[in-house]
Amino acid sequence: MKYLSALAATLFALAVWQMIVFLTGLPKFILPGPALVAETWWQNRWLIAEHTWITAIEVVVGLACGTVLGVVTALQLANSRAARVLVQPMLVFTQALPVFALAPLLTLWLGYGLWSKVAMAVLIIYFPITSSFFDGLMRTPAGYLDLARTMQASPRAVLWHIRIPAALPSLASGMRLAAVYAPIGAVIGEWVGSSQGLGYLMLLANGRAKTDLMFAAMLTLGVFSVLLHMLVRRATARMAGEAR
Amino acid sequence: MTSTPDLTISGSATIGGATLFAPLSLTLGAGQWTCLLGGSGVGKTTVLRLIAGLDTGAEFTGQITASDGQPVTQRVAYMAQDDLLLPWATVAQNVLLGPRLRGETPDLARRDRLIERMRLQDHLTKKPGELSGGQRQRVALARTLMEDRPIVLLDEPFSALDARTRADMQDLAAEALQGRTVLLVTHDPAEAARLGQSIVVMTQHGLTPCQPPAASAPRKVDDLGSLETQGALLRLLREEAA
Repeated sequence: MKYLSALAATLFALAVWQMIVFLTGLPKFILPGPALVAETWWQNRWLIAEHTWITAIEVVVGLACGTVLGVVTALQLANSRAARVLVQPMLVFTQALPVFALAPLLTLWLGYGLWSKVAMAVLIIYFPITSSFFDGLMRTPAGYLDLARTMQASPRAVLWHIRIPAALPSLASGMRLAAVYAPIGAVIGEWVGSSQGLGYLMLLANGRAKTDLMFAAMLTLGVFSVLLHMLVRRATARMAGEAR
Repeated sequence: MTSTPDLTISGSATIGGATLFAPLSLTLGAGQWTCLLGGSGVGKTTVLRLIAGLDTGAEFTGQITASDGQPVTQRVAYMAQDDLLLPWATVAQNVLLGPRLRGETPDLARRDRLIERMRLQDHLTKKPGELSGGQRQRVALARTLMEDRPIVLLDEPFSALDARTRADMQDLAAEALQGRTVLLVTHDPAEAARLGQSIVVMTQHGLTPCQPPAASAPRKVDDLGSLETQGALLRLLREEAA
Protein backbone atom coordinates (compact mmCIF):
# COMPACT_ATOMS: atom_id res chain seq x y z
CA MET A 1 0.00 0.00 0.00
CA LYS A 2 2.80 2.39 0.97
CA TYR A 3 4.73 1.60 -2.23
CA LEU A 4 1.58 1.87 -4.28
CA SER A 5 0.82 5.37 -3.02
CA ALA A 6 4.46 6.41 -3.59
CA LEU A 7 4.22 5.12 -7.14
CA ALA A 8 0.94 6.98 -7.69
CA ALA A 9 2.46 10.23 -6.38
CA THR A 10 5.48 9.82 -8.70
CA LEU A 11 3.28 9.19 -11.73
CA PHE A 12 1.18 12.19 -10.84
CA ALA A 13 4.25 14.45 -10.58
CA LEU A 14 5.53 13.19 -13.95
CA ALA A 15 2.13 13.86 -15.51
CA VAL A 16 2.06 17.43 -14.17
CA TRP A 17 5.59 18.00 -15.46
CA GLN A 18 4.70 16.67 -18.90
CA MET A 19 1.56 18.77 -18.91
CA ILE A 20 3.53 21.96 -18.19
CA VAL A 21 5.98 21.17 -20.98
CA PHE A 22 3.10 20.49 -23.36
CA LEU A 23 1.01 23.54 -22.43
CA THR A 24 3.80 26.12 -22.35
CA GLY A 25 5.67 24.77 -25.37
CA LEU A 26 9.00 25.77 -23.81
CA PRO A 27 12.10 24.75 -25.79
CA LYS A 28 13.88 21.72 -24.38
CA PHE A 29 17.00 23.68 -23.32
CA ILE A 30 14.72 25.64 -20.97
CA LEU A 31 12.48 22.85 -19.74
CA PRO A 32 13.04 19.31 -21.01
CA GLY A 33 10.17 16.84 -20.64
CA PRO A 34 10.32 13.68 -18.53
CA ALA A 35 10.82 11.39 -21.51
CA LEU A 36 13.85 13.30 -22.76
CA VAL A 37 15.36 13.45 -19.27
CA ALA A 38 14.87 9.70 -18.89
CA GLU A 39 16.56 9.09 -22.22
CA THR A 40 19.48 11.36 -21.34
CA TRP A 41 19.77 9.69 -17.96
CA TRP A 42 19.99 6.27 -19.59
CA GLN A 43 22.57 7.41 -22.17
CA ASN A 44 24.72 8.97 -19.45
CA ARG A 45 24.09 6.38 -16.76
CA TRP A 46 27.76 5.50 -16.25
CA LEU A 47 28.81 9.13 -16.12
CA ILE A 48 26.04 9.89 -13.61
CA ALA A 49 26.85 6.79 -11.57
CA GLU A 50 30.50 7.81 -11.33
CA HIS A 51 29.61 11.30 -10.03
CA THR A 52 26.91 9.91 -7.72
CA TRP A 53 29.52 7.64 -6.16
CA ILE A 54 31.74 10.64 -5.39
CA THR A 55 28.89 12.63 -3.85
CA ALA A 56 27.71 9.59 -1.90
CA ILE A 57 31.14 9.17 -0.29
CA GLU A 58 31.21 12.84 0.68
CA VAL A 59 27.74 12.63 2.17
CA VAL A 60 28.28 9.41 4.11
CA VAL A 61 31.64 10.50 5.52
CA GLY A 62 30.14 13.90 6.36
CA LEU A 63 27.16 12.29 8.04
CA ALA A 64 29.38 10.03 10.14
CA CYS A 65 31.79 12.81 11.17
CA GLY A 66 28.96 15.27 11.85
CA THR A 67 27.06 12.77 13.97
CA VAL A 68 30.09 11.87 16.08
CA LEU A 69 30.99 15.54 16.51
CA GLY A 70 27.40 16.49 17.35
CA VAL A 71 26.98 13.68 19.87
CA VAL A 72 30.25 14.54 21.63
CA THR A 73 29.34 18.24 21.73
CA ALA A 74 25.86 17.57 23.10
CA LEU A 75 27.30 15.34 25.85
CA GLN A 76 29.80 18.03 26.80
CA LEU A 77 27.09 20.69 26.85
CA ALA A 78 24.79 18.52 28.95
CA ASN A 79 27.58 17.72 31.39
CA SER A 80 29.03 21.10 32.07
CA ARG A 81 27.47 24.45 32.78
CA ALA A 82 30.71 26.16 31.69
CA ALA A 83 30.45 24.50 28.28
CA ARG A 84 26.87 25.68 27.96
CA VAL A 85 27.82 29.27 28.76
CA LEU A 86 30.87 29.29 26.48
CA VAL A 87 29.88 27.14 23.55
CA GLN A 88 26.12 27.43 23.13
CA PRO A 89 26.03 31.05 21.85
CA MET A 90 28.80 30.21 19.41
CA LEU A 91 26.86 27.23 18.17
CA VAL A 92 23.86 29.40 17.40
CA PHE A 93 26.11 32.01 15.79
CA THR A 94 27.59 29.47 13.38
CA GLN A 95 24.05 28.70 12.29
CA ALA A 96 23.39 32.37 11.66
CA LEU A 97 26.28 32.47 9.16
CA PRO A 98 25.27 31.50 5.63
CA VAL A 99 27.10 28.26 4.89
CA PHE A 100 27.32 29.35 1.27
CA ALA A 101 29.70 32.10 2.33
CA LEU A 102 31.92 29.58 4.09
CA ALA A 103 32.19 27.22 1.14
CA PRO A 104 34.95 29.16 -0.72
CA LEU A 105 36.92 29.39 2.55
CA LEU A 106 36.68 25.65 3.07
CA THR A 107 37.89 25.04 -0.47
CA LEU A 108 40.77 27.42 0.18
CA TRP A 109 41.71 25.64 3.38
CA LEU A 110 40.99 22.04 2.52
CA GLY A 111 41.50 21.94 -1.24
CA TYR A 112 39.37 20.76 -4.13
CA GLY A 113 39.06 17.18 -2.97
CA LEU A 114 36.86 15.17 -0.65
CA TRP A 115 37.48 16.98 2.62
CA SER A 116 36.15 20.42 1.75
CA LYS A 117 32.81 18.79 0.84
CA VAL A 118 32.83 16.62 3.95
CA ALA A 119 33.46 19.73 6.02
CA MET A 120 30.56 21.46 4.30
CA ALA A 121 28.21 18.57 5.04
CA VAL A 122 29.46 18.45 8.64
CA LEU A 123 28.84 22.19 9.08
CA ILE A 124 25.29 21.84 7.85
CA ILE A 125 24.31 18.82 9.99
CA TYR A 126 26.33 19.59 13.11
CA PHE A 127 23.71 21.93 14.54
CA PRO A 128 20.60 19.78 14.09
CA ILE A 129 22.39 16.76 15.56
CA THR A 130 23.86 18.66 18.49
CA SER A 131 20.75 20.61 19.39
CA SER A 132 18.31 17.72 19.10
CA PHE A 133 20.47 15.37 21.20
CA PHE A 134 21.24 18.12 23.71
CA ASP A 135 17.52 18.91 24.07
CA GLY A 136 16.85 15.24 24.67
CA LEU A 137 19.58 15.06 27.31
CA MET A 138 18.19 18.08 29.15
CA ARG A 139 14.61 16.82 29.09
CA THR A 140 14.97 13.63 31.06
CA PRO A 141 11.63 13.03 32.83
CA ALA A 142 12.02 14.42 36.36
CA GLY A 143 10.60 11.25 37.93
CA TYR A 144 13.51 9.15 36.62
CA LEU A 145 15.98 11.60 38.13
CA ASP A 146 14.12 11.53 41.47
CA LEU A 147 14.22 7.76 41.49
CA ALA A 148 17.93 7.73 40.63
CA ARG A 149 18.57 10.20 43.41
CA THR A 150 16.93 8.00 46.04
CA MET A 151 19.10 5.17 44.69
CA GLN A 152 22.29 7.21 45.29
CA ALA A 153 23.32 7.12 41.64
CA SER A 154 26.38 9.07 40.54
CA PRO A 155 25.86 11.74 37.84
CA ARG A 156 27.89 9.57 35.50
CA ALA A 157 25.68 6.54 36.06
CA VAL A 158 22.55 8.65 35.60
CA LEU A 159 23.93 9.96 32.32
CA TRP A 160 24.84 6.52 31.06
CA HIS A 161 21.84 4.50 32.24
CA ILE A 162 19.06 7.06 32.10
CA ARG A 163 19.73 10.37 30.37
CA ILE A 164 21.42 9.02 27.22
CA PRO A 165 18.90 6.22 26.58
CA ALA A 166 16.05 8.67 27.23
CA ALA A 167 17.57 11.09 24.69
CA LEU A 168 18.10 8.54 21.90
CA PRO A 169 14.73 9.23 20.23
CA SER A 170 15.71 12.91 20.01
CA LEU A 171 19.08 11.98 18.53
CA ALA A 172 17.28 9.76 16.02
CA SER A 173 15.13 12.66 14.81
CA GLY A 174 18.24 14.85 14.53
CA MET A 175 19.97 12.18 12.45
CA ARG A 176 16.95 11.84 10.17
CA LEU A 177 17.01 15.58 9.58
CA ALA A 178 20.75 15.41 8.98
CA ALA A 179 20.32 12.73 6.32
CA VAL A 180 18.24 15.19 4.31
CA TYR A 181 20.61 18.12 4.84
CA ALA A 182 23.94 16.42 4.31
CA PRO A 183 23.58 16.00 0.50
CA ILE A 184 22.77 19.71 0.25
CA GLY A 185 26.03 20.52 2.05
CA ALA A 186 28.07 18.27 -0.19
CA VAL A 187 26.55 19.73 -3.36
CA ILE A 188 27.15 23.30 -2.20
CA GLY A 189 30.78 22.32 -1.66
CA GLU A 190 30.95 20.87 -5.15
CA TRP A 191 29.47 23.99 -6.71
CA VAL A 192 32.13 26.19 -5.21
CA GLY A 193 35.07 24.13 -6.30
CA SER A 194 35.40 20.58 -7.56
CA SER A 195 36.03 18.43 -10.59
CA GLN A 196 33.67 15.61 -9.74
CA GLY A 197 30.39 14.85 -7.99
CA LEU A 198 26.74 15.45 -8.87
CA GLY A 199 26.97 19.13 -7.98
CA TYR A 200 29.87 19.54 -10.40
CA LEU A 201 27.99 17.62 -13.09
CA MET A 202 24.90 19.82 -12.65
CA LEU A 203 26.96 22.98 -12.97
CA LEU A 204 28.82 21.63 -15.99
CA ALA A 205 25.62 20.54 -17.77
CA ASN A 206 23.94 23.85 -17.02
CA GLY A 207 26.89 25.81 -18.37
CA ARG A 208 26.67 23.92 -21.66
CA ALA A 209 22.91 24.33 -21.94
CA LYS A 210 22.49 20.57 -21.48
CA THR A 211 19.45 21.16 -19.37
CA ASP A 212 18.30 17.55 -19.78
CA LEU A 213 21.54 16.26 -18.23
CA MET A 214 21.24 18.85 -15.49
CA PHE A 215 17.74 17.53 -14.71
CA ALA A 216 18.96 13.94 -14.82
CA ALA A 217 21.73 14.71 -12.31
CA MET A 218 19.40 16.70 -10.10
CA LEU A 219 16.77 13.97 -9.99
CA THR A 220 19.47 11.41 -9.24
CA LEU A 221 20.55 13.53 -6.29
CA GLY A 222 16.93 13.73 -5.16
CA VAL A 223 16.44 9.97 -5.36
CA PHE A 224 19.75 9.42 -3.56
CA SER A 225 18.70 11.78 -0.73
CA VAL A 226 15.34 10.06 -0.33
CA LEU A 227 17.00 6.62 -0.23
CA LEU A 228 19.54 7.85 2.30
CA HIS A 229 16.76 9.28 4.45
CA MET A 230 14.89 5.97 4.33
CA LEU A 231 18.05 4.08 5.22
CA VAL A 232 18.81 6.34 8.20
CA ARG A 233 15.19 6.13 9.24
CA ARG A 234 15.38 2.38 9.33
CA ALA A 235 18.77 2.39 11.03
CA THR A 236 17.51 4.67 13.79
CA ALA A 237 14.17 2.92 14.31
CA ARG A 238 15.41 1.08 17.39
CA MET A 239 16.86 4.27 18.86
CA ALA A 240 13.56 6.03 18.30
CA GLY A 241 11.79 3.21 20.13
CA GLU A 242 9.80 2.24 17.04
CA ALA A 243 11.13 -1.31 16.73
CA ARG A 244 8.80 -3.97 17.95
CA MET B 1 18.02 -4.61 55.59
CA THR B 2 19.43 -2.80 58.59
CA SER B 3 17.34 -2.02 61.67
CA THR B 4 14.18 -0.02 61.21
CA PRO B 5 14.15 3.33 62.97
CA ASP B 6 11.42 5.72 64.03
CA LEU B 7 11.45 8.74 61.80
CA THR B 8 10.40 12.26 62.72
CA ILE B 9 9.96 15.26 60.50
CA SER B 10 9.22 18.55 62.20
CA GLY B 11 9.20 22.02 60.74
CA SER B 12 7.39 24.30 58.34
CA ALA B 13 7.56 24.99 54.63
CA THR B 14 6.97 28.03 52.44
CA ILE B 15 6.80 28.43 48.70
CA GLY B 16 7.88 31.83 47.42
CA GLY B 17 7.13 33.38 50.84
CA ALA B 18 3.63 31.85 51.09
CA THR B 19 3.08 29.22 53.76
CA LEU B 20 2.72 25.69 52.38
CA PHE B 21 2.39 24.14 55.81
CA ALA B 22 2.66 25.69 59.28
CA PRO B 23 4.99 24.11 61.86
CA LEU B 24 4.07 20.46 62.21
CA SER B 25 5.58 17.29 63.54
CA LEU B 26 5.02 13.85 62.08
CA THR B 27 6.50 10.67 63.48
CA LEU B 28 6.63 7.48 61.46
CA GLY B 29 6.63 4.53 63.85
CA ALA B 30 9.37 1.96 63.33
CA GLY B 31 8.19 -0.99 61.26
CA GLN B 32 4.76 0.56 60.80
CA TRP B 33 2.61 1.80 57.96
CA THR B 34 1.80 5.47 58.44
CA CYS B 35 -0.81 6.82 56.04
CA LEU B 36 -0.71 10.54 55.39
CA LEU B 37 -4.12 11.41 54.00
CA GLY B 38 -5.01 14.74 52.45
CA GLY B 39 -6.42 16.62 49.47
CA SER B 40 -4.40 18.09 46.65
CA GLY B 41 -2.06 20.97 47.40
CA VAL B 42 -1.84 20.60 51.19
CA GLY B 43 1.84 19.64 50.97
CA LYS B 44 1.66 15.92 51.74
CA THR B 45 3.84 15.04 48.78
CA THR B 46 6.26 17.76 49.88
CA VAL B 47 6.57 16.04 53.26
CA LEU B 48 7.40 12.76 51.53
CA ARG B 49 9.88 14.36 49.13
CA LEU B 50 11.61 16.16 52.00
CA ILE B 51 12.17 12.83 53.74
CA ALA B 52 13.42 11.32 50.46
CA GLY B 53 15.86 14.20 50.02
CA LEU B 54 14.30 15.29 46.71
CA ASP B 55 13.77 18.79 45.35
CA THR B 56 10.44 20.24 46.44
CA GLY B 57 10.57 23.83 45.27
CA ALA B 58 9.65 24.73 48.86
CA GLU B 59 11.72 26.33 51.58
CA PHE B 60 11.80 23.94 54.54
CA THR B 61 12.77 25.02 58.03
CA GLY B 62 13.08 22.20 60.48
CA GLN B 63 14.63 18.79 60.72
CA ILE B 64 14.22 15.20 59.70
CA THR B 65 15.70 12.72 62.12
CA ALA B 66 15.82 8.99 62.66
CA SER B 67 15.62 7.56 66.17
CA ASP B 68 18.96 5.80 65.71
CA GLY B 69 20.69 9.04 64.74
CA GLN B 70 21.77 7.70 61.33
CA PRO B 71 21.23 9.78 58.18
CA VAL B 72 17.85 9.25 56.52
CA THR B 73 18.13 9.82 52.79
CA GLN B 74 20.53 6.94 52.15
CA ARG B 75 18.08 4.51 53.73
CA VAL B 76 14.90 5.23 51.78
CA ALA B 77 13.28 3.51 48.85
CA TYR B 78 10.82 5.51 46.78
CA MET B 79 7.78 4.56 44.76
CA ALA B 80 5.56 7.06 42.97
CA GLN B 81 2.18 7.10 41.24
CA ASP B 82 4.00 6.91 37.92
CA ASP B 83 5.74 3.53 37.90
CA LEU B 84 8.89 5.23 36.51
CA LEU B 85 9.90 2.10 34.63
CA LEU B 86 12.49 2.76 31.95
CA PRO B 87 10.64 2.01 28.69
CA TRP B 88 13.76 0.81 26.88
CA ALA B 89 14.75 -1.70 29.57
CA THR B 90 13.25 -5.13 30.22
CA VAL B 91 11.40 -6.07 33.38
CA ALA B 92 14.51 -7.83 34.72
CA GLN B 93 16.68 -4.81 33.99
CA ASN B 94 14.20 -2.42 35.57
CA VAL B 95 14.13 -4.42 38.78
CA LEU B 96 17.94 -4.18 38.92
CA LEU B 97 18.04 -0.43 38.28
CA GLY B 98 19.33 0.48 41.76
CA PRO B 99 22.37 -1.85 41.79
CA ARG B 100 23.16 -0.91 38.18
CA LEU B 101 23.08 2.80 38.99
CA ARG B 102 25.37 2.29 41.95
CA GLY B 103 27.72 0.06 39.98
CA GLU B 104 27.17 -2.86 42.34
CA THR B 105 27.17 -6.51 41.42
CA PRO B 106 23.46 -7.33 41.46
CA ASP B 107 22.14 -10.15 43.60
CA LEU B 108 20.44 -12.15 40.85
CA ALA B 109 19.04 -14.80 43.19
CA ARG B 110 17.31 -12.08 45.16
CA ARG B 111 15.95 -10.54 41.96
CA ASP B 112 14.53 -13.89 40.90
CA ARG B 113 12.88 -14.39 44.28
CA LEU B 114 11.25 -10.94 44.05
CA ILE B 115 10.16 -11.50 40.47
CA GLU B 116 8.51 -14.74 41.52
CA ARG B 117 6.92 -13.13 44.55
CA MET B 118 5.43 -10.44 42.31
CA ARG B 119 4.27 -13.15 39.87
CA LEU B 120 6.28 -11.65 37.04
CA GLN B 121 8.31 -14.70 36.00
CA ASP B 122 6.53 -14.89 32.62
CA HIS B 123 7.38 -11.28 31.82
CA LEU B 124 11.13 -11.13 32.54
CA THR B 125 12.22 -10.14 29.04
CA LYS B 126 9.24 -7.92 28.25
CA LYS B 127 9.42 -4.15 28.01
CA PRO B 128 7.13 -2.06 30.24
CA GLY B 129 5.04 -1.07 27.21
CA GLU B 130 3.86 -4.67 26.90
CA LEU B 131 2.53 -4.84 30.46
CA SER B 132 -0.77 -3.82 32.06
CA GLY B 133 -0.94 -1.04 34.65
CA GLY B 134 -1.10 -3.54 37.52
CA GLN B 135 1.84 -5.56 36.18
CA ARG B 136 3.87 -2.38 35.79
CA GLN B 137 3.24 -1.41 39.42
CA ARG B 138 4.28 -4.92 40.47
CA VAL B 139 7.57 -4.40 38.64
CA ALA B 140 7.94 -1.04 40.40
CA LEU B 141 7.27 -2.74 43.73
CA ALA B 142 9.86 -5.42 42.96
CA ARG B 143 12.35 -2.66 42.11
CA THR B 144 11.52 -0.94 45.41
CA LEU B 145 12.01 -4.19 47.35
CA MET B 146 15.28 -4.86 45.52
CA GLU B 147 16.60 -1.75 47.25
CA ASP B 148 16.01 -3.47 50.60
CA ARG B 149 15.78 -0.22 52.55
CA PRO B 150 14.37 0.10 56.08
CA ILE B 151 12.32 3.17 55.13
CA VAL B 152 9.89 3.02 52.21
CA LEU B 153 8.16 6.11 50.85
CA LEU B 154 5.05 5.56 48.73
CA ASP B 155 3.58 8.54 46.90
CA GLU B 156 0.07 7.48 45.84
CA PRO B 157 1.47 4.43 44.06
CA PHE B 158 -1.91 2.77 43.52
CA SER B 159 -4.12 5.74 42.67
CA ALA B 160 -4.02 5.23 38.89
CA LEU B 161 -5.13 1.59 39.09
CA ASP B 162 -8.66 0.22 38.75
CA ALA B 163 -10.43 -0.76 41.97
CA ARG B 164 -9.74 -4.50 41.81
CA THR B 165 -6.09 -4.16 40.82
CA ARG B 166 -5.64 -1.50 43.47
CA ALA B 167 -6.95 -3.81 46.22
CA ASP B 168 -4.63 -6.60 44.95
CA MET B 169 -1.65 -4.27 44.95
CA GLN B 170 -2.48 -3.01 48.45
CA ASP B 171 -2.48 -6.59 49.76
CA LEU B 172 0.74 -7.41 47.96
CA ALA B 173 2.53 -4.26 49.14
CA ALA B 174 1.31 -4.64 52.73
CA GLU B 175 2.66 -8.17 52.86
CA ALA B 176 5.93 -7.43 51.04
CA LEU B 177 6.79 -4.31 53.05
CA GLN B 178 5.97 -5.79 56.44
CA GLY B 179 8.46 -4.79 59.12
CA ARG B 180 9.63 -1.67 57.32
CA THR B 181 8.91 1.92 58.24
CA VAL B 182 6.46 2.92 55.53
CA LEU B 183 5.00 6.31 54.70
CA LEU B 184 2.05 6.09 52.33
CA VAL B 185 0.85 9.42 51.00
CA THR B 186 -2.68 9.12 49.64
CA HIS B 187 -5.82 11.10 48.92
CA ASP B 188 -8.01 8.01 49.23
CA PRO B 189 -9.68 7.52 52.66
CA ALA B 190 -10.44 3.89 51.80
CA GLU B 191 -6.77 3.18 51.18
CA ALA B 192 -5.72 4.84 54.43
CA ALA B 193 -8.39 2.88 56.32
CA ARG B 194 -7.25 -0.42 54.78
CA LEU B 195 -3.50 -0.04 55.24
CA GLY B 196 -2.77 2.47 57.98
CA GLN B 197 -1.39 1.28 61.30
CA SER B 198 -1.21 4.94 62.03
CA ILE B 199 -3.40 7.41 60.11
CA VAL B 200 -2.77 11.13 59.94
CA VAL B 201 -5.00 13.58 58.09
CA MET B 202 -3.24 16.61 56.63
CA THR B 203 -5.16 19.79 55.85
CA GLN B 204 -4.20 23.45 55.61
CA HIS B 205 -4.76 23.66 59.39
CA GLY B 206 -2.15 21.02 60.13
CA LEU B 207 -2.06 17.36 61.07
CA THR B 208 -4.85 15.44 62.80
CA PRO B 209 -4.02 11.93 64.04
CA CYS B 210 -6.90 9.48 63.63
CA GLN B 211 -7.70 6.21 65.30
CA PRO B 212 -6.97 3.34 62.89
CA PRO B 213 -9.50 0.48 62.66
CA ALA B 214 -9.17 -2.33 65.17
CA ALA B 215 -8.40 -5.13 62.68
CA SER B 216 -4.79 -5.65 61.69
CA ALA B 217 -3.67 -4.27 58.32
CA PRO B 218 -4.18 -5.02 55.48
CA ARG B 219 -7.86 -5.11 56.40
CA LYS B 220 -10.45 -6.92 54.36
CA VAL B 221 -12.13 -4.73 51.76
CA ASP B 222 -15.46 -5.28 53.51
CA ASP B 223 -14.16 -4.96 57.06
CA LEU B 224 -16.82 -2.98 58.92
CA GLY B 225 -14.35 -1.15 61.15
CA SER B 226 -12.38 0.00 58.07
CA LEU B 227 -15.53 1.19 56.32
CA GLU B 228 -16.48 3.16 59.39
CA THR B 229 -13.02 4.69 59.60
CA GLN B 230 -13.16 5.47 55.90
CA GLY B 231 -16.37 7.41 56.46
CA ALA B 232 -14.94 9.24 59.45
CA LEU B 233 -11.80 10.19 57.50
CA LEU B 234 -13.83 11.51 54.57
CA ARG B 235 -15.99 13.54 56.94
CA LEU B 236 -12.89 15.00 58.53
CA LEU B 237 -11.43 15.89 55.12
CA ARG B 238 -14.63 17.64 54.09
CA GLU B 239 -15.05 19.52 57.38
CA GLU B 240 -11.48 20.73 57.37
CA ALA B 241 -11.75 21.92 53.79
CA ALA B 242 -14.95 23.87 54.48
